[in-house]
Amino acid sequence: MPSSTPNNRQAHVVAALDETPVAAIDQVNETQKARSTWTDAWESMRRRPSFWISSSLILLIVLVALVPTLFTQAPPNSNCLLADSNGGAEAGHPLGFTRQGCDTYARIIFGTRASVTVGLLATFLVTLVGVVIGALAGYYGGVLDAIVSRIGDIFFAVPTVLGAIVLLSVLPERTPVTIALVMSIFAWPQIARIMRGAVLTARNSDYVTASIALGVSKFKILLRHVVPNSIAPVIVIATVSLGTFIVAEATLSFLGIGLGSDIMSWGNDIGNAQTSIRTAPQVLLYPAAALSVTVLAFLMLGDVVGDALDPKARARR
Amino acid sequence: MTELVTETVNQTVPSSNDPLLDIRDLEVGFQTQYGVVPAVRGVSLTLYAGQTLAIVGESGSGKTTTAQAIINLLAGTGKVTAGEILFEGRDLTRLSAKEMQGVRGSLIGYVPQDPMSNLNPVWNIGFQVEEAIKANSPLRGKEARARTIEVLQEAGLADAADRLKQYPHQFSGGMRQRVLIGIGLSARPKLLIADEPTSALDVTVQRQILDHLATLTRDYGTSVLFITHDLGLAAERAEQLVVMYKGKVVESGPSQEILANPQHPYTQRLVAAAPSLASRRIQAKKNQDAPAPEIFSAGGTDTALITRATERELAASGKDLISVEGITKMYRIRKSGLKYDELLAVNDVSFGVKKGTTTAIVGESGSGKSTVAKLILQLESTTSGRIEFEGRDVAGLKGRELLNFRRRVQPVFQDPYGSLDPQYNVGNTIAEPLLAHNVGSRKERQKRVLELLDQVSLPAATQFRYPSELSGGQRQRIAIARALALKPDVLVLDEAVSALDVLVQGQILNLLTELQTELGLTYLFITHDLAVVRLVADNVCVMQRGRIVEAASTDEVFNNPRELYTQELLAAIPGANFAFGR
Repeated sequence: MPSSTPNNRQAHVVAALDETPVAAIDQVNETQKARSTWTDAWESMRRRPSFWISSSLILLIVLVALVPTLFTQAPPNSNCLLADSNGGAEAGHPLGFTRQGCDTYARIIFGTRASVTVGLLATFLVTLVGVVIGALAGYYGGVLDAIVSRIGDIFFAVPTVLGAIVLLSVLPERTPVTIALVMSIFAWPQIARIMRGAVLTARNSDYVTASIALGVSKFKILLRHVVPNSIAPVIVIATVSLGTFIVAEATLSFLGIGLGSDIMSWGNDIGNAQTSIRTAPQVLLYPAAALSVTVLAFLMLGDVVGDALDPKARARR
Repeated sequence: MTELVTETVNQTVPSSNDPLLDIRDLEVGFQTQYGVVPAVRGVSLTLYAGQTLAIVGESGSGKTTTAQAIINLLAGTGKVTAGEILFEGRDLTRLSAKEMQGVRGSLIGYVPQDPMSNLNPVWNIGFQVEEAIKANSPLRGKEARARTIEVLQEAGLADAADRLKQYPHQFSGGMRQRVLIGIGLSARPKLLIADEPTSALDVTVQRQILDHLATLTRDYGTSVLFITHDLGLAAERAEQLVVMYKGKVVESGPSQEILANPQHPYTQRLVAAAPSLASRRIQAKKNQDAPAPEIFSAGGTDTALITRATERELAASGKDLISVEGITKMYRIRKSGLKYDELLAVNDVSFGVKKGTTTAIVGESGSGKSTVAKLILQLESTTSGRIEFEGRDVAGLKGRELLNFRRRVQPVFQDPYGSLDPQYNVGNTIAEPLLAHNVGSRKERQKRVLELLDQVSLPAATQFRYPSELSGGQRQRIAIARALALKPDVLVLDEAVSALDVLVQGQILNLLTELQTELGLTYLFITHDLAVVRLVADNVCVMQRGRIVEAASTDEVFNNPRELYTQELLAAIPGANFAFGR
């Protein structure tokens, strides 16, 4: 040990006790409010304006989808007069008329249901299938994992829209339900992969080992510990993909192999308006705007939820 | 080498009476969504050229933040809010980012805490050292390469020239730390900040590295600012000591003096809790009126101690509760293709544990001690050998019998941050084993949870909290409560106190000893820390590379170690023979 020169020797200084009173070792702070991951996430979300904007937009959209008659009295499909074709806005018809002379505003309102149904249903199916398959593959591993992962890869290699085009072109009937089903067939591997990765991490954590040693059965550990701790990234991706499913439906309908022409949807309307894009762009613009706002709302929510569920992202703000 | 000392270094030659580093009333705060949270609250300290100063404190005391503030490496939203940091008379808090770059590396070197994560895994070692050299000197090309080899050789990597092209994962923890020390000292800085440079390493490696660091810094006349939580290390390695608590300096001065005669109540507490070879086994008093049991000072003679000793002797004459005979565990490590490498993690290990006693298994990382724990807990199966619990082989247990075994032999794991499910509140966590074994009704389970919380001295309201709200020590108590829920006979404690601060560690060790006396528990205590073993164990097995090299009673091992390896381990404990004032 090097010795200090005498002139550098420092005095022994003690701070006054009242400056830093010594607290009991390792005391529990009983005044704090109880917090779990979910309450923490909620606390973080409710501070962000984008959460309130996106969730109120989504609420509004869902309300429109459920009871469109609350928002418009104009019949969307009957009373269409070709005289009004591509007509501008007038009293009672704030957004003007489509090429067929129907009320644009009413068609957008009534078209919401199809788009939202496809989005919600496809997301629900994809999440359900993806979570179950991903969790089982990641948790049990081995042959099951190998087989399931390869099957997933096969579907993953086919772009969702391309696969949907092929399948839908042979289906006799194309309703929101069939479209959602067809899209989920090609989209579940993404969720399954994410779930599998998260489960692999959770499976090797100490609390799982602890539970095994406590005598909890393997399947119960999966349900009680592994899944709840792996679900957060899936929720984020699911929220974001809701928007992309709505876009995909619109794409398919635009291409003419989505929803049947008798079903009102934004995609169909955009497709129909395409022919007059140079003479009457507003007819295409309005349903496209409705689509954009809806997708934006879900993307925004996904972003907020993602940040809220990731403590590191929360700390950065 | 002397031509490397650039002009900036010689800008001002301070007289030996001027301090090299003078921190005055430093305050650092972190911006959070709830406002500015102060981390350092008015810290002053002085360091002269050639001196070594240690900052000691528990986690969250602000010691690392203080060090990071010196070279402006504060994480995220941290900011110096008041005070000054004078380095050779220059206030570092007023420097621009560009000027700070000139200070970092060339004037003040930094050795980070974790050698595992502080080297970039995608670049080879040579590149990373050369990068530091190029940043702080005009050397380029072949000269820089030659200097890289020189720096690494000085840091203690003799075959540096051959290893430049290797990547961090091909180096052991100790070697990586040597590389980091080499980088930190490569430009011959006047001050080296070493933030817990060896806390991730084994004691014997720690000793080598610290010895080497001391030689290097003495040769170059470098001042060293040590950040550590280990009082023994501070006493041994630093002449000046600063004790921090809650962002403030509570005591500072010559380290030997402070440790021999601590004045502030917090320092006194720290010194009292620091385990050393001079400590004695903690004894729990059965007397209810007596104050909470303390760690007994050296040479303490107490009636309780004698009673316990006789009790333990009585137990020693009985049959083994757990007996392990010649167990071996072979892991197969997959190499390319279908080839396997065989790794003998546990090699012919035998020992017995008597009821009501504590047996410690001590060893460095990779010695196979944790594997032994997993084998006994039946989390992995043995390759050969026999493990008996109450005279029955546990290897073939299935279904209900395995469940019964699990009920009686419970684990407590090392990492209190990982062993509790973050989504479960404390009440549910403790009730989980009861639920898994279908014990009692909902109400009865609830009652048992409160009873257990009381046993581990946590308030009843804790049951509604989540692990993220609790400290490491509190979580470890919850892990212990969960393990006790089914009234087991044996607790397997795998490094259960290693991640905790000294004071909290002492508290948990006291708790464990009390519980042992109260409930007649048998402990299997897996640890790398011999000083802790002295406090809690009756018998010790020392493991090295999968084998038990020495097994005897704790007193024998400590007073009269027979194996060279045990002697080395004992000698490497920092501050082992330092007389703490208690």
